[in-house]
Amino acid sequence: MNLDLTEEQEMLRTSARDFLTKECPKTLVRKLEEDEKGYSPELWRKMAELGWMGLVLPEQYNGMGMGFLDLIILLQEMGRNILPGPFFSTVVLGSLPILNAGTEEQKKEFLPKIAKGDTILTLAFTEPSVRYDAAGVQIKAAAQGDSFVIDGTKLFVENAHIADYIICVTRTKKGTTPEDGITLFLVDAKSPGIKCEVMPTIGADKLCEVVFKNVKVPKSRMLGKLHEGWSITARALEYATIAKCAEMVGGQEAALDMTLAYVKERVQYGKPIGSFQVIQHYCANMWMNVETSRDILYKAAWNVAEGLPESANEVAVAKGWINEAYKFVTERAVQCHGAIGTTRDHDIGLYYRRAKAGELAFGDTDFQKELVAQKLGL
Amino acid sequence: MDFRFTAQQEAFRQEVRDFLRSELGPDWRGGKTHEMFSREFSRKLGKKGWIGIGWPKEYGGLGRPHMDQLVFGEEMLYGRAPSAAHILAQNMVGPTLMNVGSEEHKKKFLPMILSGEVVFCLAYTEPQAGSDLASLQTNARAEGDYFIINGQKTFISFAGDADYGWIGVRTDPNAPKKHRGISIFIVDMKTPGITTRKLDTMFDHTLYEVFFDDAKVHKSCVVGQLNQGWYYITQALDHERVFMAATIAGYQRIFDEIVEYAKSTKRNGIPLSKDPIIRQKLSEMAIDLHAGRLLGYRLAWLLEQGIVPFSEASISKVFTSELEKRLGNLGMQVLGLYGQLQRGTPQAPYDGYLEWEYRFSPMQAVGGGANEIQRIIIAIAGLGLPR
Repeated sequence: MNLDLTEEQEMLRTSARDFLTKECPKTLVRKLEEDEKGYSPELWRKMAELGWMGLVLPEQYNGMGMGFLDLIILLQEMGRNILPGPFFSTVVLGSLPILNAGTEEQKKEFLPKIAKGDTILTLAFTEPSVRYDAAGVQIKAAAQGDSFVIDGTKLFVENAHIADYIICVTRTKKGTTPEDGITLFLVDAKSPGIKCEVMPTIGADKLCEVVFKNVKVPKSRMLGKLHEGWSITARALEYATIAKCAEMVGGQEAALDMTLAYVKERVQYGKPIGSFQVIQHYCANMWMNVETSRDILYKAAWNVAEGLPESANEVAVAKGWINEAYKFVTERAVQCHGAIGTTRDHDIGLYYRRAKAGELAFGDTDFQKELVAQKLGL
Repeated sequence: MDFRFTAQQEAFRQEVRDFLRSELGPDWRGGKTHEMFSREFSRKLGKKGWIGIGWPKEYGGLGRPHMDQLVFGEEMLYGRAPSAAHILAQNMVGPTLMNVGSEEHKKKFLPMILSGEVVFCLAYTEPQAGSDLASLQTNARAEGDYFIINGQKTFISFAGDADYGWIGVRTDPNAPKKHRGISIFIVDMKTPGITTRKLDTMFDHTLYEVFFDDAKVHKSCVVGQLNQGWYYITQALDHERVFMAATIAGYQRIFDEIVEYAKSTKRNGIPLSKDPIIRQKLSEMAIDLHAGRLLGYRLAWLLEQGIVPFSEASISKVFTSELEKRLGNLGMQVLGLYGQLQRGTPQAPYDGYLEWEYRFSPMQAVGGGANEIQRIIIAIAGLGLPR
């Protein structure tokens, strides 16, 4: 057993934290919440120069060839700083499925551009049924000569409004099981027939409704094999879920740090409120959640990185726990801040809202618990 | 990062499991506090060389690293091995003597502890000194080569069975700070002037009050230096921590039985395990156990790195003790009306174990430093909040 990060990972953490603190202050976060695009192209460019978009891509595609755990460390820092923009959708939702399931041509076409920061991607999975499983995939793609034609609506598609390509999870046949008959396509977001609208959400995270109307995709843009796309999707969602957990753990750490700083400084009855036992107990409870969340995150991410058979269950456990922990920590954080914590001007509310948004992404707590129950053989 | 145990550790785990199965039998349920006290089993374990596996070799231990001790502790707890007769001596008495004890104490007590021949009781708490332990009033007055002890201890486990008492007493009533006037003594429980009285608990365990009426003990009974007792008390807790790291394994055993019951029992025509509410509750507990287990692993890992995990130990203690209460409640909920049946009733699932667990479970959050105190330690020592 070894529960320490490597020296390189510690360095990555420190440099990411320093960079984001400097380049992505909360004033920018707030501004981008209102911004139509929702990201800063200038900051995006700087991140690309650091090699972040290609962190886990192999060197042959202009990546840095680092590991999945390194990406987790980086995402944790992004969550700590609530970095707005399409990093998650491009790198986690977009580049990993291409890396894992793409043809050599597709990899050569997309990955170097992603690494350079020239291509923005996203994954369109959820539909109006808002199911997290294979049965929720109903949007049709029908063969038509050398192309497929996609028809239907996807919901909660992150950053679709700025994406160059959308990986669309479609149903190409009614299979014997819900998992059978699913196919993925790399759809040019500027294709005729795509209508995209940003939906105002609690996390201000640019989730879109994307309507596909007779959208033509060439066969060469199929990602993986016809009708056999569920395993690619499931793997992509597993990566996405644990990556979301990393962001959510970073957010918890930030909310706790801000709260500790505040209760040490805020004076009532002639004393810092952090000297009151009730506040001390709140803070101890918050820390307990942060500590447990961190270890659960690392263990699950390690399982995913190692490709171990328990990884699906580990990820469900992690998301189930971290969903609740992040909400708990941010709710207590608001309470410890008092009235100021409820204002738009204060940063803690940014985290409070993102905790709930994070829970909903890739499986809320009830969904994760059901997965864990199945694993228990119930 | 790597969350795997080594092949040797896994082999050791299997060895411990096999040993317990052959010694205790496949039907061993155990668990109740008095069933966990067995001089006979402790002697067997001592013979096997498995008391003090983490003690340095120079003192007769196996010098096994913390992670091995964690594995050992997990199997002992999962198997509900009766360890109460030697555990205190192994985790508290022995390590403190190795650190600060006289040669005489080491020579006399360490071999006895390793062979499982001796039972100690730990007597710190007094009627007026619970969480505020440093206010203890039992006093020892020097008289030539002897000390005369007077006072009262309470809530002492196994005091009626113990050969020796490991007691905290006030030896300097005029010390500028109350922490500085405390010493640790090892006293023979048969010393004239020491008497015990039973105090029965709602979880079928007998605690004791211990009275000292002019109990005369030789000055060689003092552990380490006079008036340094407070430091020994707080330092000794370190050795308990690795054992604590394994706590969840005991709860896992209980949980596994609850899950087994839910799978094999029908209510209203469907298996309990198909009931959506039961599924959610069991799943939530599985996640809780996962979190608790990793807190323990972190604890053992920090110890192995030579770090004293002060706050982490408190976090682990708070988390696991509160989890145990939820577990006790969950068990009775899943069993429904059958849950209330006590041991010996033919219809009682698992011979009433879960009914007992519900009664027992509040104990951990109260004993060993109440959780309210632990949270203050976490906040002040761990998070740097002001006093």
